[in-house]
Amino acid sequence: MGQFAFLAKTALRDSRKNRGKLFMFMSSIVLGIMALVAINSFNYNLVKDIDNQTKSVLGADIMVEGKKPLPAHLKVVVDSVPGQRASQMEFFSMALIDTKDSAEQETQFTRVQAVEGNFPFYGNLVTDPKDAKERYQEEGGALVDDGLMLEHALSVGDSIQLGRQRFPITGRLMNSFGSVSLGASFAPSIYIDQSRVKATELVQTGSMVEYKYFIKTPEGFDREEWDNSAVRMKPFHAEDFRVTTIEDQKRNLNRAFSFLNSFLNIIALVALLLGCIGVASSVFIYIKSKISSIAVFRCLGMKGSQAFTVYFLQIFILGFIGVLIGTALGSALQLVLPALLKDFLPYEVSLSISWRAIMEGLSIGTIVTSLFALVPLLAVRLISPLRTLRASFEDDVAPRDPLKWVAYAAIVAALYLFLWTLTDNVRTSMYFTVGLVIAFCLLYLTSTGIMWLVRKYFPTNGNFVLRQGLSNLYRPNNQTRILIISLGLGTAILTMLFTIRGLILSNVDSMDAGSQPNMVLYSIETEQKDEVAALTREMEMPVVQEVPIVTMKLAGWKGKSKAEWMQDSTRTAERWVMHREARVTYRDTLASDETLIAGDFTGAVSPGDSVLISVDKGWAESLDVWLGDELVWNVQGALITTYISSIREIEFRSMRTRFFVLFPNGVLEAAPQFHVLVTKTPNNEVMAKYRRAVVKAFPNISVVDLGSILTTLTDILTKISYIIKFMAGFSILTGLIVLISSLLLSKYQRIRESVLLRTIGAQGSQILKINATEYAILGGISAFAGIFISTLAGYFITTVELELEFAINWWAVVIIFFFVVGLTVLIGLWNSREVLQRSPLEVLRREVG
Amino acid sequence: MSSILSAKGINKIYKSGSRELAVLKDIDFEVQAGQSLSIIGPSGSGKTTLLGLCAGLDSPTSGEIILCGESISSMSENDKASLRNRKVGFIFQNFQLIPTLTALENVMIPLELLGQASARKVSTDLLGRVGLGDRMGHYPSQLSGGEQQRVSIARAFSNTPQVLFADEPTGNLDEETGESIESLLFQLNQAEDTTLVIVTHDLILAGKTDRMIRLKGGKLIEDSYNKTEQQ
Repeated sequence: MGQFAFLAKTALRDSRKNRGKLFMFMSSIVLGIMALVAINSFNYNLVKDIDNQTKSVLGADIMVEGKKPLPAHLKVVVDSVPGQRASQMEFFSMALIDTKDSAEQETQFTRVQAVEGNFPFYGNLVTDPKDAKERYQEEGGALVDDGLMLEHALSVGDSIQLGRQRFPITGRLMNSFGSVSLGASFAPSIYIDQSRVKATELVQTGSMVEYKYFIKTPEGFDREEWDNSAVRMKPFHAEDFRVTTIEDQKRNLNRAFSFLNSFLNIIALVALLLGCIGVASSVFIYIKSKISSIAVFRCLGMKGSQAFTVYFLQIFILGFIGVLIGTALGSALQLVLPALLKDFLPYEVSLSISWRAIMEGLSIGTIVTSLFALVPLLAVRLISPLRTLRASFEDDVAPRDPLKWVAYAAIVAALYLFLWTLTDNVRTSMYFTVGLVIAFCLLYLTSTGIMWLVRKYFPTNGNFVLRQGLSNLYRPNNQTRILIISLGLGTAILTMLFTIRGLILSNVDSMDAGSQPNMVLYSIETEQKDEVAALTREMEMPVVQEVPIVTMKLAGWKGKSKAEWMQDSTRTAERWVMHREARVTYRDTLASDETLIAGDFTGAVSPGDSVLISVDKGWAESLDVWLGDELVWNVQGALITTYISSIREIEFRSMRTRFFVLFPNGVLEAAPQFHVLVTKTPNNEVMAKYRRAVVKAFPNISVVDLGSILTTLTDILTKISYIIKFMAGFSILTGLIVLISSLLLSKYQRIRESVLLRTIGAQGSQILKINATEYAILGGISAFAGIFISTLAGYFITTVELELEFAINWWAVVIIFFFVVGLTVLIGLWNSREVLQRSPLEVLRREVG
Repeated sequence: MSSILSAKGINKIYKSGSRELAVLKDIDFEVQAGQSLSIIGPSGSGKTTLLGLCAGLDSPTSGEIILCGESISSMSENDKASLRNRKVGFIFQNFQLIPTLTALENVMIPLELLGQASARKVSTDLLGRVGLGDRMGHYPSQLSGGEQQRVSIARAFSNTPQVLFADEPTGNLDEETGESIESLLFQLNQAEDTTLVIVTHDLILAGKTDRMIRLKGGKLIEDSYNKTEQQ
């Protein structure tokens, strides 16, 4: 105990004149931990709030939903559940709105929610007046979205027309209820009583209607048991009905936000890693500056382990203070994040302190700081006391110190574990860890190679300044390895963040609203299609696409029925592709946004021939089928056997209707079908006129304004990109601090040499040029290696993980390269300024003595 | 008098790539307790290497060194550190004070390592004896060369060592300061009855010790006693 007290006291005493040097070490940790705690606090609060608010989002304990009314045999099962019930029909439709100042009516694409019963059971519809939600069903009125009413200057008491039926507006709907989908943002809601739907004549064959049945179960009812019974659920699945309980909803919501969660976690971790690089490089340089003191301690009888303890305590305590400050700042910063993200999230995110994030920040921060500091600190044990007699004695750090390798292994293991804890993804954690190890090895080899090359091909003649600058790269006390590794890793991570951020943002930008078709007409019946096309052309608008759609279901594939596949435990097909109702079209040519990648496209079949269809590549992979495989379809009760003759790839960035399955002409012409027409309006005025004309003549047709959807989408994506920029900014800032601190600390390496040169008469400009040469080479090599590594990693991440097209942004690369080189040279020269401004003795006393 | 330091058949070879450089060749000598010995010789003759080996700062390639009755050639690094802490003191040409510690704290280190509760008191007394009672709170960079060497001497004597090794103790000092340091060194040496081993170029300083050994090219070529010492 006495010994430890002495070592602790020595650690404290020895740190006194080094706190400036150690400040940079601490700043790296502070920023890294701040990002980690802020982001994790936000994440945990988000998850907690999702949990708390799930009940009011679902509005009931159990929901059964499908695309048709509940068949009698399923109704029996639903009715066997005790409790209160309600139902809802949900569909999109055009609403006609009277205008105050003209005789013409305006139109608006809306989401109609036709409610039967006292739904929602949980949560509240907020209306103005307050009692409107209790009256609208009885009075045959409508609750209309507040935004829609404001946009069209509607007041309570005005009316709104849905199809053939007019509804008096009973109240304003002040909240968006029950939906977290983006669809809710595109189309404002209108609530009506379900008994009024028939009068609107909006629901016809082929109409897309979602039927939902809600149950509020009594306390004690085991929802999970009811939901998990395979025998009970099988008939629901067979009829394509989905059953969701509150517990499912929680899981779904958590999954829906897992992407945001993972992204934020990765960003936080990147910030932390950059901080760790800062820790390792600053401790490495710090320990180098302490070698002579350590040798004296050893000479006076301090054991290797005691010397190690002295410096470990210094680093650990300062690191822990850094972690504490980072945690406090991160928790404080968390107050900013919800305000920043609130428009994007369907929830109010609470501003509570997340103790879990704080504990994680403290533990992860302390462990990684200690581990990353450990590698350079271990060398302290082996510093020979002989250094007191021979300053140039080099042979004291055993190259094969086994503990060093144990420390490396512990770092890799800890990184992997933390990544795993944060992302909950084994593969991502492994890729990230392996990537870092490879990057480290590449940079280590690069620095070793450079030292070897410079030494081997050193120019014996030539400019003194150049030769001095070059020889600094391999002479004793060189900083080549530490700077190339820390600058290289920092540059690699920064460039990768920029690259990936840029790629995500450019993919967002490529969904350019201006050049795309901006209007889609759904639910056109066969007899209406020519008239609608004519109306479109009359208004001098192009018919960009006019396609028939036949809805059908997959009944079997590769020789087995769907029921048989469902029983097959070796099945590889994904659920969505088996159960989803397919909307299929037929034509004899490929569209311009489709590319044939395998087989031959067959445009038409004669009666009696095999039906050869074309399918989308992703769809085929999801069902695990390929060329020649047999698919059996249930088309409104009739079974059609088809064979895959071609595979297509569809350009998903174009705003056209896309079809996973394409039939040839000559098969589906007689099947029940509806049509879709895509057009482009030149301006808002024509759009409004066209919309009114279509809704008036064909009330069953839904006109979707893609322009406004794109605007909403762009809005959301702008917010997402803002979050990405903001969070990435954290990491970028940490990276810069790390780069700067590594460089600033490197001054202690060169100061003696510079002072000696100065003493023997070197001009200030010569010292500057020597240092500039060394730093420019180091900066250039580090930046090049970092960019090379980030390009490899960026290619892997974008193509394999994000499935985006990879492209190198040469401008960004050139800017980053010159930025890193410039920063390195600038700080290198900044480090030399003291040597030039003060007397050599003063500098030695201040910086070394 | 009993032997306190004994070197038997010492060889030290440094390897540089495939080349071998023999720095010390077959060195044999013994030092009695309380004796003062100077090691002299031209630059590169192996004086400092021999001092490092005798003090247990390095290990010989072959041969045996017995210090304070213990063979240090086969000792672990930790045992050697412990022996140095208990029985050995050092004075260096370039003082080797810890720049981040005050004069008093520098002197206290060996005693604190030994776990002595009286470290502060003993060190304060010692600094007073070397004439630095009023400079105890100063850092090395705030002291002159002579003052730094006084602190170094105080530190060397703080653990009442049996053997004190000094490497060119006046090499970095002017003549006047050097002389005062020398007299301080011998004064404390006599008062504490410490064995003194000094590496020096200074023949006048060497002449003040009881015995002198001369090295040349890594070999011991002369071992002589000064007049006052009995052969």
